Amino acid sequence: MTPTTTSPLGTVKETRAPGPHQSTAPLRAKKRRLGKGRLGEGRMAALLLSPTAVVLALVIAYPLISAIHQSLYSDQTGIDADGFVTEGETFVGLGNYLNLLSGDAGARFLNAFGNTTFFTLTTVSLETILGLILALAMNRAFRGRSFLRASILIPWAVPTAVSGLLWRWIFQSDGIANNLLGSEILWTAEGVASKIAVIVAEVWKTAPFIGLLVLAGMQVIPEEVYEAAKIDGAGWWRQLGSITLPLVKPTLLVAVLFRLLDALRMFDLPFVLIGPGKDSVETLSMLAWDESNQLRYGSASAFAVILFLYVAVVAVVFVKVLGADVTGTKELRLARKKTRSQKAGTAS
Amino acid sequence: MTITELRSLTRAQKSKEIPASGKRRWGSYTVYAGLVAILVYCLAPFYWMVVSSLRRTVDIFENSLLPAPFSVENYVKVFDGSTMFGQALLNSLIVAGVTTAAALVMGIFAAYAISRLNFRFKSLILGVIIATSMFPGISVVVPLLKFFTNIGWINTYQAMIVPNLSFAIPLAVWNLTTFMKSLPFDLEEAAMIDGCTKWQAFRRVLLPLAAPGIFTTAILTFIHSWNEFIIALSMVNDPRIQTATVAISKFTGATEFQAPFGEQMAAGVIVTIPLVIMVLLFQRRIVEGLTSGAGK
Repeated sequence: MTPTTTSPLGTVKETRAPGPHQSTAPLRAKKRRLGKGRLGEGRMAALLLSPTAVVLALVIAYPLISAIHQSLYSDQTGIDADGFVTEGETFVGLGNYLNLLSGDAGARFLNAFGNTTFFTLTTVSLETILGLILALAMNRAFRGRSFLRASILIPWAVPTAVSGLLWRWIFQSDGIANNLLGSEILWTAEGVASKIAVIVAEVWKTAPFIGLLVLAGMQVIPEEVYEAAKIDGAGWWRQLGSITLPLVKPTLLVAVLFRLLDALRMFDLPFVLIGPGKDSVETLSMLAWDESNQLRYGSASAFAVILFLYVAVVAVVFVKVLGADVTGTKELRLARKKTRSQKAGTAS
Repeated sequence: MTITELRSLTRAQKSKEIPASGKRRWGSYTVYAGLVAILVYCLAPFYWMVVSSLRRTVDIFENSLLPAPFSVENYVKVFDGSTMFGQALLNSLIVAGVTTAAALVMGIFAAYAISRLNFRFKSLILGVIIATSMFPGISVVVPLLKFFTNIGWINTYQAMIVPNLSFAIPLAVWNLTTFMKSLPFDLEEAAMIDGCTKWQAFRRVLLPLAAPGIFTTAILTFIHSWNEFIIALSMVNDPRIQTATVAISKFTGATEFQAPFGEQMAAGVIVTIPLVIMVLLFQRRIVEGLTSGAGK
């Protein structure tokens, strides 16, 4: 990025006054004007992007660097090699990370890591299947579509904390879930039942989101494609496998990527539904939060860094291997080419 | 009339040739059954929350589908002052409102630069901004908690608003960029040929055209900020400053069995009602906003 020292007035003037160059030979003038214009636009862009850059530096870059730095220190009081009591921060290098490989802290970390991975895999795969079914059903509905769309947005709009509360009520020992199932399961205590409760609540809230995204992808598939397939004798399943799924794949990939990254940082739902400090549902986010609540910033930062790396690796793998086009980079390049050629066209 | 007959004229004509009307009727029944199943799936848990909130405390454990007798006792209790729930709602409104406004202003500038100006590293910059939205909330909270403690920001609105921007700005930039890219450049160009500066073309031509997209982005950002939990939970412990989502999560009685479920459900309904109204009014826009990025 170019430095942001120019005033807005200056940049505006620059882009607006290509006048002097027009007196020279037309071809050269065009070239220079384009070059000059781009420089001005570059400065203007830097100026316009700088507030965003400053805020993101404060709320993303600073926390990231600070967390890495903090994770190399320990806040605990201890006795150093000479027998003196040390208080405050001591540099422990990778000690906070090495601690995670053994002992109680290690077991707790591995448990949280396992829970995070387990919840992510189960909820996202269930959501994807359910979301696809929802989208297929909605795609066939012609009457009452807007009512359907509004109702499918309700689970998405309910705050996660409220949905945690709502499902805790449903999953009460003498609540409606046990009543309908005729069972006496303690859903909100520990164990497998609490895991199931979290998965059910999470899938309820997020499957409609995937359904909506996939539906949008389905609606741009032209009807003729299906007509042609029908004439060729393809049945419903064949149409689904050979037309619908391949054509919604790009949309579905982006939706699944979002959900994966969201599920990896799951916090609100198990926190409200089951509660903090429960082994069977503790995720990495909850563990890091708990540690920072105990003022153990060193290990809390180590967990935060590990979670960040985990999310980053999943995102990179997903984008590189499966080719999810999240930013629309290709489209942007095309658009830029187009505006450039248009400019060249108007200039000549 | 079955749904398949309504689909399209060509469809209808073709289906006349196929004498499988029994099969078609069966197909339309499954479609209806599917739609009813979707409605029940989406609305039943929410309905249960509403119904439970309207029961009296004594019959909170009843399982009838309608509250009998109907009672607003829980709603009265929620606002009786001891829980400061009204204040929490106001706090939520302040935090979500300021977050949305700030994210919109910065998002409009950034989206204009990305969608309208030529400069180097454009796709890289957009990529970085979008990538920041994937940053886990806890990785923001832990370092900032320490930093805000040092500068005395704990229990202030800005301690929630500033970290909220970490997800609000990427969301706003992305949505607005997608929207502005879809608007034709010709009108602004015409305005500039007519003697407008770039700034005037932006303010008088692009901004009015982009108003629907800005509105959609505002709704989405507001909903996300309103629903935010982990930042508000960590940065604030004073009940006078905490937001509604945090306040209701702390609505607990002395023991597990004394938990005031009726009040919790009533508070949950109140927190969700603004969002439900937004969804009902602006569902088309919300869906457009949600799918604009993914459904290119």
